[in-house]
Amino acid sequence: MTELTWVRVCALADILPLGARTIPHRKGEIAVFRCGDDSIFAVLNRCPHKQGPLSEGIVHGHRVACPLHSWVIDLESGEAVAPDIGCTPKIPTKIEDGAVWLAVPA
Amino acid sequence: MLPISRERLVVVGNGMAGMRTVEELLKLDPTRFDIAVFGAEPHPNYDRIMLSSVLAGEKQVDDIVINTRAWYEENDISLHTGDPVVKIDPKARTVTAQSGLTVPYDRLLLATGSKPIVPPIPGLNLPGVCAFRDIADVDTMIDASTKHRKAVVIGGGLLGLEAAWGLKRRGMDVALVHLMPTLMERQLDETAGKLLQRDLTERGIAFFTNGQTEEVTGKDRVTGIKLADGRGAPADLVVVAIGIRPETTLAREAGLEVNRGIVVGDNLSTSDPDIFAVGECAEHRGQVVGLVAPIWDMAKVCAHHLAGGGELIYTAQVSATRLKITGIDVYSAGQLAAGEDEDEIVLRDARRGAYRKLVMRDGKVVGTVLYGDVTDGAWYFDLIRRRTDVSDIASRMILGQAALGGGTQEPDVAAMPDDMQICGCNGVCKGTIVDTIKAKGLDSYEAVKAHTKASASCGSCAPLVRQLLAATLGVEVTGPAIPTVCKCTDHTHEEVRTQILKQKLKTQAAVREAMAWKTPDGCASCRPALNFYLLCAWPGEYQDDSRSRFINERAHANIQKDGTYSVIPRMWGGTATPAELAAIATVAAKYDVKEVKITGGQRLGIYGIKKPDLPAVWGELTDAGLVSGHAYAKGLRTVKTCVGLEWCRFGTQDSTSLGKQLERLTWGNWTPHKFKMGVSGCPRNCAEASIKDFGVVCVESGFDLLVGGNGGIELRGTDRLCHVATEAEVLEYCAAFMQLYREEARYLDRTAPWIERVGIAYVRTRIVDDAEGRKVLAEKFRHAQSFLQDDPWAERANQGVDATEFKPLPALV
Ligand code: SRM
Ligand SMILES: Cc1cc2nc3c(=O)[nH]c(=O)nc-3n(C[C@H](O)[C@H](O)[C@H](O)COP(=O)(O)OP(=O)(O)OC[C@H]3O[C@@H](n4cnc5c(N)ncnc54)[C@H](O)[C@@H]3O)c2cc1C
Ligand code: SF4
Ligand code: FES
Repeated sequence: MTELTWVRVCALADILPLGARTIPHRKGEIAVFRCGDDSIFAVLNRCPHKQGPLSEGIVHGHRVACPLHSWVIDLESGEAVAPDIGCTPKIPTKIEDGAVWLAVPA
Repeated sequence: MLPISRERLVVVGNGMAGMRTVEELLKLDPTRFDIAVFGAEPHPNYDRIMLSSVLAGEKQVDDIVINTRAWYEENDISLHTGDPVVKIDPKARTVTAQSGLTVPYDRLLLATGSKPIVPPIPGLNLPGVCAFRDIADVDTMIDASTKHRKAVVIGGGLLGLEAAWGLKRRGMDVALVHLMPTLMERQLDETAGKLLQRDLTERGIAFFTNGQTEEVTGKDRVTGIKLADGRGAPADLVVVAIGIRPETTLAREAGLEVNRGIVVGDNLSTSDPDIFAVGECAEHRGQVVGLVAPIWDMAKVCAHHLAGGGELIYTAQVSATRLKITGIDVYSAGQLAAGEDEDEIVLRDARRGAYRKLVMRDGKVVGTVLYGDVTDGAWYFDLIRRRTDVSDIASRMILGQAALGGGTQEPDVAAMPDDMQICGCNGVCKGTIVDTIKAKGLDSYEAVKAHTKASASCGSCAPLVRQLLAATLGVEVTGPAIPTVCKCTDHTHEEVRTQILKQKLKTQAAVREAMAWKTPDGCASCRPALNFYLLCAWPGEYQDDSRSRFINERAHANIQKDGTYSVIPRMWGGTATPAELAAIATVAAKYDVKEVKITGGQRLGIYGIKKPDLPAVWGELTDAGLVSGHAYAKGLRTVKTCVGLEWCRFGTQDSTSLGKQLERLTWGNWTPHKFKMGVSGCPRNCAEASIKDFGVVCVESGFDLLVGGNGGIELRGTDRLCHVATEAEVLEYCAAFMQLYREEARYLDRTAPWIERVGIAYVRTRIVDDAEGRKVLAEKFRHAQSFLQDDPWAERANQGVDATEFKPLPALV
């Protein structure tokens, strides 16, 4: 069983609305997204198609369009939107005191 | 089974006149005759008019079949194709075909059409020579166009010109020899003929007017032609289209009265009352015909008499001519020039290249010639046919119906009288169309065409038919669907752009709100489009939204498959200084880049830079004076140049310097899609200007400007915009053209598809004809540039713009 720990990664204001930042991590780069409604999502920064960096895509709704071949990934589930099939690991997030927190393996 | 005792009708000639007569007859009395049809060609009946479109590649042979073999079967007609009739025996009342088949008739219909005139010159039997009359000729031409380069067309009438244009469209070099000083002299007056020649010359057809062909040369295949005055041209294909002569051999041998054509009376019977003749083979009151409109009248009258009627008589009507060359509008009808008793009213609009003339007698229009703008053709034609007295409006009517009626741009179909002829080819009046739409509940243009035959022949009245359908149904009739911006909205690009200006919408949120977007923040398709539209509408005011830009434009570098980036600095006109080259080399070494490559756009690309390193790389390049090459932008990419006058032995102007000036003028601009230019020092065109969005070819007398080329997915050569004399004009035309493209093309339209849609003629009216408008556009472009020409690399390297874009957050342990 993996244990997760909440860590503070940045202030909400460090990510522009409809923008994303990346965070290096030993298990692979993480992409953190800020949507139009200020909700925050994090996934592994690796498109299920050909490992495109999702952090560079255009964010809309709770989705991001991959910059390489335009697959659309649903950030709530990490799943590719039909007709494409694939999934990228999701990382739990929360916002507390104006800061962004991720739950990462200890 | 139908009774055996029916009368026997034999039709000789499976062409347009013969089969139209049979169709009319079946409408009147479907069971009267046992019908047999003989055709010399191996095909069922097809629309000969449309051979021009088949040659030009706009239609396939299958598209132009009028009556399929199934139709003949359904109507119990025995069809003998590829079997010409060789003998008529009027005493025995039989015809004999080439196959030996002899059939008896009670009534015989001759509809043998015409044959092309063959001039008495040597060499016409060589392979590679053909006429332009039937499918076999078109096959010969198409085949030649795939294997050979050079074509010569002899004859500058309607057929010759359409042949020349079709061959040009198929990629051949085409020269046209015409005996007379001006083209289509039988349908056009001298002025219109000259305008036509000018426009076709511009489209790349070479002309030899006053040219008498003396010989077609060659041994095993044609190699060229020689003219009487010593001129000549090489050719791998020669098309002879100098005229037609009624096909009367059979009738003559059968002892019928034949003059130029087979002589017929007002009921279309020949000197033998059981034998009728229709179409181009017939001569009525000394006149033979060469267009389908009078032939449809003949068919109707002839069918009436075959079916036992006795009232209808055929009277010759004026007919109108229209040239079927896409984008060239020529129309003429009636008398072309004033004689002693007539007056001419002429309107010239040299800037637009438009011309119109009315020939008037006793307050009535008796002829018209229109060039460039033919919308009023149908109106004038109607006045001619009705012999309407127009004395009270004579002086103003040259301006067109719209000018009289108070300014609608399109002809007002609602105001047209019911018996106004809409389709000249098929003689269909407005009333017939409207009644048929109502009676049959038609709701599409295709259905109206099928039921009424309006616009079913040459197709030039199709816009009027569509309007009539719209007016009758009281709705807009949709052409091909206009795309919406994306799934977030039902609005088209055009609607969005109009509303942005009209309602002064200045943010994306405002647009989405005002236009009832279905998503709160759009999607990856509409956001970049809205961002561009707003940027273009409100220069200096709208704040570019980096998060509505595709990564390449946001990061000002092209993302590569491994997630690294390429950096491509601008090399003005493809040139570089030693210091610039040194800076590129230094960066490449210092950041351990994987590759330095000369791109297809004449500059150096540095590949494999990691995103966080981009600002530092740019900083070093900026220090050496290099700026972004925008190799990632929907904006100006490169201006490709050749060495030109400075070095090249053929150079006529300083193409390198002009290219740099164009690049300095336009860099940093955002456009609907990427924009590329080329400037070549002479027509050898080493900078490939003819596949660029904006191309310049320098010539001794100045500069040829080309637009709308594309060397990408779908190859498209440029259209010629115009010729200008000075560099200053090149810059002004370029700025104006780019601004027009910015303001009117849809986001992600390159100039090529945009021009395909709006037509080069439209672009010319805005950029070439309208000098005032051009200046305004160029000024708007320069104004926008005052906000856009900041080097994005310098801003990001030294001024901290978008810093978070390039910096990852601290690593998690
Ligand atoms: C680098 C370069 C290839 C090279 O190594 O030489 C290149 C690279 C790419 N081209 Fe290109 N094109 C390059 C010259 C061309 C040319 C040649 C030219 O410009 O003379 C053409 C055909 C000419 C034309 O556009 O009319 C060309 C036609 C295209 C097209 C098809 C465009 C079209 O309208 O059909 C695309 C696809 C698109 O834009 O949607 C494209 C797209 C691309 C993209 C941007 C693909 C992508 O989306 O990632 C490539 C980016 C790679 C990168 O990061 O550099 N590239 N591309 C050339 C850059 C020139 C420069 O200095 O800016
Ligand atoms: C390329 C082209 C473009 C044209 N464009 C236009 C236009 O825009 N507008 C317009 O109004 N008109 C146009 N025309 C003219 C129009 O096509 C003719 O006026 C019309 O086809 C004449 O009809 P027809 O039946 O008299 O002759 P055709 O249609 O030529 O039919 C005659 C048929 O009889 C056959 N035949 C001849 N002798 C025999 C025999 N002994 N036995 C059996 N069959 C025989 C022939 O092979 C031919 O198939 C164009 C013509 C051409 C070639
Ligand atoms: S042609 Fe252009 S888009 Fe295709 S692989 Fe080469 S650089 Fe990439
Ligand atoms: S890598 Fe993301 S769509 Fe191809």
